[in-house]
Amino acid sequence: MNENKPICLSAKGVTKIFGVGQHKMRAVDNVNMDLYVGEVVSIVGESGSGKTTLAKILLGLTKETEGEIYFLGQKRDLRGGKRKKEYWKNIQAIFQDPFSSFNTFNKIDSVLLDCIKLRGDGGLPKEKKIELMKEACGFVNLKFEELTNKYPFELSGGQQQRLMIARIFLLKPKILVADEPTSMIDACSRATILDYLMQLRNEVGMTVIFITHDIGLAYYVSDTVYIMEHGKIVESGSADRVILHPQEAYTRRLISDVPKIHEPWDLSTV
Amino acid sequence: MGHSIRQAFHSGKFVTGFVIFGLILLVVFVYPLFVPAPPLEIIGQGTFFEPGVYVNVYDSIGAKQYTLNLEGAAEKRIASKLSDEDRTAIKEWLVAAGVAEGEIDPTNTEQLLEKWFSMFDPAKKIAGMTNAKRNYYIRLNSSIQGLLATEGAVLATKDPATGALQEAGSVPQTSFVNVAQVPNVRILPLGTDNFGRDVLTELVAAARVSLMIGLIAGFIATFIGVTLGLISGFIGGMVDDSVMFVTNLFTVIPSFVLLILISFSIGQEKRGAFTVAVVIGFTGWVWTARAVRSQVISLRNRDHVNLSRLSGHSLFSIILRDILPYIASYVMMAFVLQISIGILAEAGLSILGLGPRTTEVPTLGLMMNWAMIYQAHILGKWWAFFPVILVIALITFSINLMNTGLDQVFNPTLRE
Repeated sequence: MNENKPICLSAKGVTKIFGVGQHKMRAVDNVNMDLYVGEVVSIVGESGSGKTTLAKILLGLTKETEGEIYFLGQKRDLRGGKRKKEYWKNIQAIFQDPFSSFNTFNKIDSVLLDCIKLRGDGGLPKEKKIELMKEACGFVNLKFEELTNKYPFELSGGQQQRLMIARIFLLKPKILVADEPTSMIDACSRATILDYLMQLRNEVGMTVIFITHDIGLAYYVSDTVYIMEHGKIVESGSADRVILHPQEAYTRRLISDVPKIHEPWDLSTV
Repeated sequence: MGHSIRQAFHSGKFVTGFVIFGLILLVVFVYPLFVPAPPLEIIGQGTFFEPGVYVNVYDSIGAKQYTLNLEGAAEKRIASKLSDEDRTAIKEWLVAAGVAEGEIDPTNTEQLLEKWFSMFDPAKKIAGMTNAKRNYYIRLNSSIQGLLATEGAVLATKDPATGALQEAGSVPQTSFVNVAQVPNVRILPLGTDNFGRDVLTELVAAARVSLMIGLIAGFIATFIGVTLGLISGFIGGMVDDSVMFVTNLFTVIPSFVLLILISFSIGQEKRGAFTVAVVIGFTGWVWTARAVRSQVISLRNRDHVNLSRLSGHSLFSIILRDILPYIASYVMMAFVLQISIGILAEAGLSILGLGPRTTEVPTLGLMMNWAMIYQAHILGKWWAFFPVILVIALITFSINLMNTGLDQVFNPTLRE
């Protein structure tokens, strides 16, 4: 654990309720979490456990029904476009489906130019901007010359996800929310994407919130793991503690559900 | 976008609609180049002249005359002069005189006249026939004899001093003129209307005005509908609630009733074609707003919208760049449909007498209104209203066909 490091983002009693009356559904239920600067946190759970909703609340894309979120010790206030813009300079995201993450009507350059503008470098001369974009593309091993004047849907899923990381490289936020960034990508590209992510984290020193249903992956990348079930955090702690010595039945089930190559897959717990 | 347009032309329905609509547009814009006369010019003295070629009689007499000996010319002349009433009267007399009813065919002029000449005797008394009726038959007989005369018509000039007529020449029955050599010939393919105006010229102008009305009304309705739908769908919350409140209000009041009330309150003198188009546009946006709103709601939580928000784009820019392009094809289809709805609404309003004021431009609805007021449908003057109905039907049919075709292209689940 990184208890000696300062707290970067913390959630206090965050709840999100969808629907009204009989159809009321607590997607996120009284979640408390403290994220320390520079650590990698995984939120693990099955589909529908509220991981993505929680991620969107942390990102400020969805408004929480109850609870407070503190960013760098101060209560988060997202009223007004200016405050939001300031917040989003510090927190960014990578989404699950690379094919639906980009506006298919805009060329790739505009995605990266938007980031340069958001970081406050909109006034730079054109050559400088191109240099920045080249550097960002180079980081994820994409050739900027091949990307200009192309549309996002002309790239493969892996390339699009790398472009997403290039965005983060340009913005260098304090917190990155990665919402299942590798679940739509084949296993070979997956390692590359994770590799770039971790490299970027080490370079920038940002906090990464890693949302996944793959507990093995969570163990591999993260310092701290939160297990989520039906909108509630059922278990949390260091990755070693939670995954190697799980306390909760749900966590044990999640771990046993991972297929292992050398053992027959026990489907009785599914 | 270019790909979608090419795709559209692979749809049979779209192509059919496009061709029909294109032909209508072509006629509407090319016809005035050949017939530049103002469409509301009154050329005929009298109402409802039948469709046909009108040749100036005075010019025909003066034109070069040719002699053509054609067989059956006299019979044709008589056949066209003998009215239906005369024919039935002849038949009645023959039946009364003892000819079997089955033997008489009133439409066969030759046979009818043959029987008439062999049987008719002015002195013969038929039981139950009044004197007046007998005199009618004597007059009829002499007029038929006159028709059979073979000498031509006499042309006479008037002596300016004495006023006496003097024979200047004659027009024999075998005399013909070449229509191409007659200086004044007017073809009225659809005759004239109740005011004596050329229906075809009027119809072309009316189709153009109606299309303009449809276009303006469609544009206004789509613009309002899309704007409100985008705002209420994307922002949600209170804004959505208040916009939907207004939209629901408009939904429960039938828009045509609203249209009638607004048109009536504007007053006849202030209603130009443009005003009517604007009024139609302002009452027709409701379903577009609802449909666009539901599309936007399904779009607003997509990742590319979230990414755009995270990139610090303003609300306005997100709606314009990340939402609108995704529903552009749908908006296009709604717009096309709104044009046809606008044209139909104008026709409906004008038939009720609530259309544009009648002095400036014709519209399809106004032409129907005039035809109805002057009872063209009762008098059997089909050319005054049937072509108008056909044009309205063709325009809306082709637009709806194009819309269905586009739907198949943009919505692949509908493809057969």
